[in-house]
Amino acid sequence: MSAPTEEATGAPAMVEIRSVHKSFGAVEVLRGIDLSVRAGEVTVVLGPSGSGKSTLLRTVNHLEKVDQGWISVDGTLVGYRRSGNKLYELREREVLRQRTRIGFVFQNFNLFPHLTVLENIIEAPVAALGRPRKDAVASAERLLARVGLADKAGSYPKQLSGGQQQRVAIARALALEPKLLLFDEPTSALDPELVGEVLDVIKDLAHAGTTMIVVTHEIGFAREVADTVVFMDEGRIVEQGPPADVLDRPAQERTRAFLSKVL
Amino acid sequence: MSAQTETHAPSLPAPPDAHAGESAPRIVPVRRTGRWAAAVLVLLLLAGALVSVVRNDAFQWDVVGAYLTTDSVLRGLGLTLWLTGLVMVLGFALGTLLAVLRLSGNRVLQAVSWGYIWLFRSTPILVQLLFWFNIGALYPQILGISTVNLLGPVTVAVIGLTLHEAAYAAEVVRGGILSVERGQLEAAQSLGLGPWRRLRRIVLPQAMRSIVPPAGNMLIGTLKGTSIVSIIAVQDLLYSVQLVYHRTYEVIPLLLVATLWYVAVTSLLSLGQYYVERHYARGTAGTR
Repeated sequence: MSAPTEEATGAPAMVEIRSVHKSFGAVEVLRGIDLSVRAGEVTVVLGPSGSGKSTLLRTVNHLEKVDQGWISVDGTLVGYRRSGNKLYELREREVLRQRTRIGFVFQNFNLFPHLTVLENIIEAPVAALGRPRKDAVASAERLLARVGLADKAGSYPKQLSGGQQQRVAIARALALEPKLLLFDEPTSALDPELVGEVLDVIKDLAHAGTTMIVVTHEIGFAREVADTVVFMDEGRIVEQGPPADVLDRPAQERTRAFLSKVL
Repeated sequence: MSAQTETHAPSLPAPPDAHAGESAPRIVPVRRTGRWAAAVLVLLLLAGALVSVVRNDAFQWDVVGAYLTTDSVLRGLGLTLWLTGLVMVLGFALGTLLAVLRLSGNRVLQAVSWGYIWLFRSTPILVQLLFWFNIGALYPQILGISTVNLLGPVTVAVIGLTLHEAAYAAEVVRGGILSVERGQLEAAQSLGLGPWRRLRRIVLPQAMRSIVPPAGNMLIGTLKGTSIVSIIAVQDLLYSVQLVYHRTYEVIPLLLVATLWYVAVTSLLSLGQYYVERHYARGTAGTR
């Protein structure tokens, strides 16, 4: 086990995942995952249900604890402090501070239904970062304009379509100005005609150089936006590489079988 | 333009036995004779009961009127009201604490909360009140002060009712917290919100939708339930009218005085519950 280092290839690694294992009871969901994500790159994780891809994403901001291995984001271990050859679990307060630098977008949006769109977005900057309310409101309005919802600040989430809710959720994650954005199947709960508007927002973020890990079933999106495509099955990474390789010339039989079903 | 759109309008299929050129057939609802008959019968029975109540002199409505707003009755009503309010506030504060302990990750705290709820729900409130009233037999002195002087009947009433209330409130609050989707907590955690902020700002406001209806039930139950303190000589609404009828033997009219007040206050509380529920329903589909 080596400490987080800079990749030899040039750009520093924003995320490093090293031999991560995770079990739920007797079921081993992650069986030794190694993955690096360089700053400014988009990594798309594909794989069948139960392949462990959502669990992997949730370990990156410590919503799930790992059983073995370690994960670092921007050079800092997530959820642990290293001393000698031991990893000490951090206190919740410290984990919460780390999470403010890692944005997470959920499949089911998880907007706070009793708060307006604006209140949803400014909640974390004000409460977790202690930013003045006025500044938080101003930047929330800029973010809403960026996701095309400038006129919805006073609405409640349930008054919006699924696509609009997910765009608000993205704005809420961006409000903390995270170094890394994690998307857990961001379009899976949407009606088909609403998928495009959410993917467009994510593409814009990709073009702006945001570091992202996106778990999705949208192969077309992966082909267009991903710098790296990772294919997972049964808790392992089967293969990874540029989309042109993994999607069009997969080296592994398992990847070919999956792609033939979803394409 | 209108002529053009008409030609494009889809034509409705005609009903099977309709003739061309006829206007749309009128719809005739079913006659509900039985429903009307039942309504008339019930109204007659109610009217009969009302007449008998009004015309039966034994109800002594003049006495009811005479005592309804006397000072001692109003003082009793006042005590019932503030005792109810205080017990609800303290009971729900302690109940929320118990619910949070029960849902915490600490096994010992979980067990303590469970044990508390088990104990206080397992014994009648009457027994609990008598127990606290006689606590001096177990602990003649508390902090060097004589227990009997420290704990007067009113203090005993507040303590006894609150501890009992808290056990039920804990379960109501716990049910409310559990009704909030798990994703809400995860979203709050992923945004870096601390535990206290998550509870106060995210979880409890959403839990309130499930808490308010049973809490309204408990409030009304507690208002009436405080009448039990009359057995330890606390002058609430019921005890105030009892004091009068022990003197005058006008039992029924004075019980009616208490009844009218209980009904009036619970009616107001039910109305209040409607508005509180509407407040906490904000942001849910179908409102605004």
